[in-house]
Amino acid sequence: MSDNHQHHDHPTGIKRWLFTTNHKDIGTLYLWFSFTMLLIGGSFAMVIRAELMYPGMQLVDPNFFNMMTTLHGLVMVFGAIMPSTVGLANWCIPMMIGAPDMALPRMNNWSFWILPFAALMLLMPMFMGGNFMSGQGPAFGWTFYEPLSGQYNKLAFFVFAIHLLGISSIMGSINIIATILNMRAPGMTLMKMPLFVWTWLITAFLLIAVMPVLAGAVTMMLTDKYFGTSFFNAAGGGDPVLFQHVFWFFGHPEVYIMILPSFGIVSQIIPTFARKKLFGYASMVYATAAIAFLSFIVWAHHMFTVGMPVAGELYFTYATVMIAVPTAVKVFNWTATMWKGAMTFETPMLWAIAFVVLFTIGGFTGLMLGVATSDFQYQDTYFVVAHFHYVLVTGALFGVIGGVYYWLPKWTGNMYNEKLSKLHFWISAISVNVLFFPQHFIGLQGMPRRVPDYNPMFADWNFVSSIGGFVFGASQLLFLYIVISTIRGGAKATSQVWEGAEGLEWTVPSPAPYHTFENPPLIK
Amino acid sequence: MSVIKTMKILRSLFAVALLIGPALAKANYGLNMTRGVTANSHTMYDLHMMVLWICVVVGVAVFGVIIYSIIYHRKSKGVTPASFHESTTVEVIWTIIPFAILVAIAVPTTTSLLAYEDVSNSDIDIKATGWQWKWEYEYISDKVGDGAGVRFMSQLDKDSDAARKPHSGVDVTKIDHYLLNVDNPLVVPVGKKVRILTTGKDVIHSWWVPALGVKRDAIPGYINESQFTVEKADWDKVQKDGEAIFRGQCAELCGREHGFMPIVVKVVSEDKYKDWVKTQKGAALAAAADSNKVWTKDELIQHGAEVYAKNCAACHQPSGEGLPPMFPALKGSKIVKGPIENHIHIVVKGKPGTAMAPFGTMLSDADIAAAITYERNSWGNNDGDMAQPSQIKAAH
Repeated sequence: MSDNHQHHDHPTGIKRWLFTTNHKDIGTLYLWFSFTMLLIGGSFAMVIRAELMYPGMQLVDPNFFNMMTTLHGLVMVFGAIMPSTVGLANWCIPMMIGAPDMALPRMNNWSFWILPFAALMLLMPMFMGGNFMSGQGPAFGWTFYEPLSGQYNKLAFFVFAIHLLGISSIMGSINIIATILNMRAPGMTLMKMPLFVWTWLITAFLLIAVMPVLAGAVTMMLTDKYFGTSFFNAAGGGDPVLFQHVFWFFGHPEVYIMILPSFGIVSQIIPTFARKKLFGYASMVYATAAIAFLSFIVWAHHMFTVGMPVAGELYFTYATVMIAVPTAVKVFNWTATMWKGAMTFETPMLWAIAFVVLFTIGGFTGLMLGVATSDFQYQDTYFVVAHFHYVLVTGALFGVIGGVYYWLPKWTGNMYNEKLSKLHFWISAISVNVLFFPQHFIGLQGMPRRVPDYNPMFADWNFVSSIGGFVFGASQLLFLYIVISTIRGGAKATSQVWEGAEGLEWTVPSPAPYHTFENPPLIK
Repeated sequence: MSVIKTMKILRSLFAVALLIGPALAKANYGLNMTRGVTANSHTMYDLHMMVLWICVVVGVAVFGVIIYSIIYHRKSKGVTPASFHESTTVEVIWTIIPFAILVAIAVPTTTSLLAYEDVSNSDIDIKATGWQWKWEYEYISDKVGDGAGVRFMSQLDKDSDAARKPHSGVDVTKIDHYLLNVDNPLVVPVGKKVRILTTGKDVIHSWWVPALGVKRDAIPGYINESQFTVEKADWDKVQKDGEAIFRGQCAELCGREHGFMPIVVKVVSEDKYKDWVKTQKGAALAAAADSNKVWTKDELIQHGAEVYAKNCAACHQPSGEGLPPMFPALKGSKIVKGPIENHIHIVVKGKPGTAMAPFGTMLSDADIAAAITYERNSWGNNDGDMAQPSQIKAAH
């Protein structure tokens, strides 16, 4: 198939990557960008864990510490997790639905190339200061609550970075929706699509719905700061709590934007290695849609302590715990898929099983946090930190890493080193629990989040957590090594790659040719 | 894996646990929420434990099935995969079960929340105002000791404050209640219903004392209500000489010093509370007298150094050099070296949109006059003039 297209003029070198409209190239760009951001955001986390290793202020200024927590959150959410799933979507969705490319290839190029500039604008203020330790990056938490964020003297950098990230996400989503709805091969009905395609379709709608809300919030911040408006300024008749409502109306769907694609990845991996069809395909689709819908009507559970009327607290409690129903259905379906299968435990499967177990732990603490009365004790403590790292690291990130191992042979044509990658898995899976599980305990004992120092009563678990953090951070360098060595060589992969794999991407050769499915495949 | 091999592994794990056990016992590896001393904190704890156990039971069931599958349904056992992949009955059952569990959780949540938010019929009303980075307490009404009008600031105590400076070299484990101690604790009587009204002066803070079961945001432009009653029975267990102390921290990121604005509540017997109110009122009279007299320059500078260290040095630094650009230097500053009216104005009224608070509502006129005089005559700012409390009063 690819032979017909050798006459196309392929730019090489830097021009290939700058001007590319090929979904595979752009997918690769997204993935490398997100991995770079993962290492940058991870290094911020290392600073946090190093300062918190012992009680007392040892390493950094409190403002620098706040800057680290803020940028760690922003870089991981907008730089690492979101672009990584867009990268997987770019690589895989056209191949999974039998399309030759994305529907809007030039916009695809643009939505990627905005990202490095957005990241630059976000991180630049860190280096504006007399010296690095007095860097002037944002230091108001990744949730950038007003009025604290209004005190930041380089707010415009932050606001425009968010705007650029939002534009990129919206364009990416439009592209994914247009591709899925218009470019499926004949016979690929919606209810035949692989679940990864389904979860991304729903994610894309979520993104289009909430990114403009975020843009509105930061624009109001901008005019409050520089043009004398008072949207969030109580002294001018504005409302600081309005900010939180607007932010979390974006922010809650945002957490599903990060997790839904990983739900999809895991739903691809488990059937492959259990050699058994996904249990309850239709209910998985409906559960994903139900989660997406509920994500719009639960936002204020992030702000139970702002002093809502009791009726509001009750409503948001009921709506929030309802999310446990479709989520439980998903976990049961994954479990039922494994049940009576014939499982093997190659690296992608290990990450997927760890995802199911550890994400469920994050789901349990989510249920606990949803109950308003006890949430008053949990709110803004390390218990919350532990909760959302279980769903975002051992959830979203584990899903993405599993997906990378799953599709890496298809992308590169080479098998990764199974021994090393299993080592990567086991070190990560153990250290991530050493890192985050004790944070439940220190949170329940009363340690607030976002503090650079603490009473010695919290010292022992913080020390344990820091050790876990350093090991988990370092083990991702092993991941980098494995990926690079797989790109460079290794045992040749077959087109099927995995014995139990089903789906169109496994019908094309490995590595997948530059152009695939220019003639639509036949779907039975 | 053979049974013998499994036993061996278990035995070695047990041996490791025995070795580590004593080491763990010495350290503080606490695990759970404290039950607290109020009806609220008790229901919070009970609800927390109930939901936790539900999660543990569901978790053990689900993870048990996964582990069973991993052990018995693996290809290396020579199994052939089953072909089932759908069952409406099963799907309906496992949709209904979680739903039923949620209803079981929702019922006690509703009753507890209604009780938690019942702020009616309080005995004492106290307004807690969050400042960057300290708390202001004002007794609004008081049916117990007639303390209405008592008002004071509460901030991190001196020892913790010195120890927490970067590279202080102090062993913080030797500091009494490091980061959880204040100069002036809030004082309330046991067994009385206290209504806490929280608000924020500059940014959002959050007033949290775990043992009292209260966490409520302190938001500019809002006055939030919450309440607690310290139960006599719980108090009796921990009190010493008619006093028990409960500690908490600001729970909402509020800027550079967010980690350093603790909350300390001293819960005392009714008699002790009445005595405390009397002392506070006497101190207030003395402060008012200070603000009415005329001070000498030396008195002002001497007193001003104390006021500055406590209220200004966190941002503008003891050296007066500040931390530009967030916190400008006072040494050689245009405002400090310029006309005294402007200097008084910015201290009394604050600077909106920055961390510079309106100190006119926080400090006495005498304190402000002293601090301004100190600033104008320190670090080479040889202005030579001084501010009198009467000038501050006029600037309000």
